[in-house]
Amino acid sequence: MNEPKIACRNLWKLYGADPSGFLTQHDGRPSIEAIRKDGYIPAVRDVSFDVMPGEILVVMGLSGSGKSTLLRCLARLIEPTAGKVMFETHDMLAASERELIELRRHKMGMVFQNFALLPHRTVLDNVAFPLQVQGVGRREREGRAREVIELVGLKGREDYYPRELSGGQQQRVGIARSLAVGPDLWFLDEPFSALDPLIRREMQDEFLRLQKMLNKTIVFITHDFDEAIRVADRIAIMKDGAIEQLGTAEELVTRPATPYVAKFTENIPRDRLLSVKSVLTPAGSRKPAANSIHVDTMLTAVARRIMTDDASIDVVDSAGVLVGTLDRATYIDVLYGQEPLQ
Amino acid sequence: MSAVALEKSASADKATWLGSTTVPMLIVLTFLILFFSAPLLPAWMIQVPQQWAVPFIDWTNALIDHLRNDMMFGLFTFRDMTRSVAELITWPLALVEGLLVAGFPDINLPAMPWLMTVGLAGILGWSLRDWKLGALAAGGVAYMAIFGKWELSMVTLAAVLVAAPVASAIGFFTGVLAVKKPWFEAAIVPLLNVLQSLPHFSYLIPIAVFIGVGHKAGVIATIIFAIPPMARLTILGLKSVPDEIREAGSMAGCTRLQMFWMVDVPAARQPLLVGVNQVIMQCLAMVVIAAFVGARGLGHDLLFRLQSLKIGEALESGVAIVMMAIVLDQLSRAATEKQPSHVEVTDSWLKRFPFLSASIAVVVGSIVLSTITSYASVWPKELTLSTAPFWDGLVDWITFYFYDPLQYFRDAMLLYVLIPVRDVFQMVPWTALLTLVAMTGWVLGGLRLAAIVSGFVLFIAFAGFWERSLITAYMVAVSVTACVLIGLPVGVWASKTERRAAMAKLWCDTFQTFPSFIYLIPVIMLFKVGDVAAISAIIIYAMIPIVRYTVFGLRNVPKHIVEAGVMSGCTRRQLLWNIRMPLAFPEIMLGINQTIMFALFMVIIAAFIGTKDLGQEIFRALTFNDAGKGLVLGLCVAFMGLTADKLITAWSTAQKKKLGLV
Repeated sequence: MNEPKIACRNLWKLYGADPSGFLTQHDGRPSIEAIRKDGYIPAVRDVSFDVMPGEILVVMGLSGSGKSTLLRCLARLIEPTAGKVMFETHDMLAASERELIELRRHKMGMVFQNFALLPHRTVLDNVAFPLQVQGVGRREREGRAREVIELVGLKGREDYYPRELSGGQQQRVGIARSLAVGPDLWFLDEPFSALDPLIRREMQDEFLRLQKMLNKTIVFITHDFDEAIRVADRIAIMKDGAIEQLGTAEELVTRPATPYVAKFTENIPRDRLLSVKSVLTPAGSRKPAANSIHVDTMLTAVARRIMTDDASIDVVDSAGVLVGTLDRATYIDVLYGQEPLQ
Repeated sequence: MSAVALEKSASADKATWLGSTTVPMLIVLTFLILFFSAPLLPAWMIQVPQQWAVPFIDWTNALIDHLRNDMMFGLFTFRDMTRSVAELITWPLALVEGLLVAGFPDINLPAMPWLMTVGLAGILGWSLRDWKLGALAAGGVAYMAIFGKWELSMVTLAAVLVAAPVASAIGFFTGVLAVKKPWFEAAIVPLLNVLQSLPHFSYLIPIAVFIGVGHKAGVIATIIFAIPPMARLTILGLKSVPDEIREAGSMAGCTRLQMFWMVDVPAARQPLLVGVNQVIMQCLAMVVIAAFVGARGLGHDLLFRLQSLKIGEALESGVAIVMMAIVLDQLSRAATEKQPSHVEVTDSWLKRFPFLSASIAVVVGSIVLSTITSYASVWPKELTLSTAPFWDGLVDWITFYFYDPLQYFRDAMLLYVLIPVRDVFQMVPWTALLTLVAMTGWVLGGLRLAAIVSGFVLFIAFAGFWERSLITAYMVAVSVTACVLIGLPVGVWASKTERRAAMAKLWCDTFQTFPSFIYLIPVIMLFKVGDVAAISAIIIYAMIPIVRYTVFGLRNVPKHIVEAGVMSGCTRRQLLWNIRMPLAFPEIMLGINQTIMFALFMVIIAAFIGTKDLGQEIFRALTFNDAGKGLVLGLCVAFMGLTADKLITAWSTAQKKKLGLV
């Protein structure tokens, strides 16, 4: 079961006069300078990654970084210039229109930034829409739609029209619609960016609640790093169409691969994010103390002990072997940013 | 402050809100030199000599003759084909007319009782907006019955009810094709531009040639006339569907057909309905004018009365047309604005389907009443009111008290304003105008624009109607100047408060729905016939867009910029001239552009009251069924409008971009 759900390899999307000709001319990997010089716009540059079943991959970047284009290339809403996208065993880019329609009808769901609800349809009809285009009968599709509407907490609003709902409610409809066919792969394109901060948090919680129940494979786009940290298993940071770094939030914060990533992550509150291993001082091999803590413990969980216990604390790995010690000074430096992280 | 910023502000000082002045000055100077040196120029530079004129008319007529007589489609000639297609319209026309007014004598079925029509119109208005609109619609229909215009108005309504769906459908599919096939769009959009600037009469003449005269021909002309706005708004509407919504459709797994009918069309519902509204209004305007080729109904009635100078009766017909225009416009507008709302499923049947229930009640009730009393089926003749005596009284009163001042005003206008201006215009050498237009085009939009507008001017110059075109240009210029002088201050005044702006919009909307032909009635009443009457009619009609755009432009200046001005301590006057006016000016120019288009439409219709310009020639072409001449002259008018349109739009777009408004 360790096959990736969706994977892409060397994915490119350039805009301009003759993108594929330009790519071949540069042996498939032109530099950003060469792209700019010839007047092409780099939307996606040489992107490769795997998303495992049940994993949430967050693609994060500022506007214009190409994150939405990348998502659309994966869903083939936009035709990539070059590269490969594999969904399970299907080669997405080789799929015919018919195959693509079949895949989207049964295997994929997508939530949009501005909700993209059909204004002339009620909540029920909007949610039932993907089933309707498949030709599911009215009774069955409405039954299924009602279930999903209840799941997202909109019971009682089935007969409302989108304009009669608040932004948060509209996005709940968008989420319900994307889940109506029970997709394996769930694309979310900045789903909460158009909402107020308070509603946004509420919807993030809602999203996590749903994911706990449904366990989908997810590609989630956002420009909000806090949001990325809240929902992600792994985060990919994009700049100018390329992925600068892909890893867990902790990796990004503790071991930024590029100055860009470092700049991005420098103001992130670290205590919620970091585990003990990020503040470890290496120690020689000796028997650990009885009250030692595990290396993957989150710092927040042991903060009180660090602050009140004058002696340094022993840290062990799963096998119970000492891997280092934890002392107050390093802890404070790491959290409040005096010393550079390695 | 850095040197760069200082430099920038210094150069910004030089540029006024009309843009930099040097280049326009140069262009105007060139024009003036050519204009004043006209006596020195050789004759061919002043007017294209007869022997150089390109026989556009002969070519067009040759093409039309070929189409009409020689071209074969299998067993039919082209004319057979057009006539049999036209024949198809007879059936729906007979059906709707039978329902509304004529009845079906063959199967012994009477027409709908007038009460039923009134009731259904009322319910329609009520369902589309509220009871007030229902009352307006019912009242409008009842007016026709009570004031003795029932048959005429129902014939006109039937024509509109048949022509509008056909025109909408053809326009819709034309638009769809344009959206799907870029090459078709590239071909059709310029054609739509020309078609929408062709005067009404130019549509009538080819119809008369290919289909003949009569009510049917009038309806066909109406359909053709109303197609372009629908096609245009279909293109606009389908392209305005947000990408996200189409992507949502894709991700739901829509096939192409599902995407079109279940996503694109419903999501573009509003612009499409705006298109239908325009189609309906264009149909009404055209079906009135189509009286010239024998369309029956209110238009025919009006034309007949105007021709016999029965002003009172003409006004009575005019009011009926206006009434119908308002009702049709309000109903279709309400349909556009109507948003779906949910209903509680727990409600009773009556509550859930109020309009259907009411309609059934009206149909049944009116049929039952009609069997009891004939008053319910046909409004009795003896109770018919006429407003003609009132209007006649009004006309007499005006003539009695104002004859001398009006005469004096008319003569003074002619002697001191119109004739001198006309003389100046008639001295304009075609080369001077060509230079002016080409240079302006070049400055505003480069070689491409220069080539297009020069092409327009060259066509007019070489078509052989230069002098007539200049008369048209003079009438339009005088009218547009007057419109700006009056309309701009009115617009500024109206933009001051929300209330006034809303009122101005209401007036503009209402006046714009009136078929242009209507505007001839009051001016005939005041000034009889001639240039003063014609120009007055043009001024009234063409005033609408300049007021509308001025109000719109001034009210839509970004709020924060106005607030910045207020906080900088601007007085009201400074606010207007330094902030709101410069920012609104590109929009106001678009208003002037529309005013020119409106003026051109009206100037041709004003030929009916005796002008001596292109309109008169088109009018003659109509009388002699000279389709070639009618079309070529129509193109001259269209190209005049398009020249102004291309230049002004280019200027306005550039200026808006410069101001960061787009």
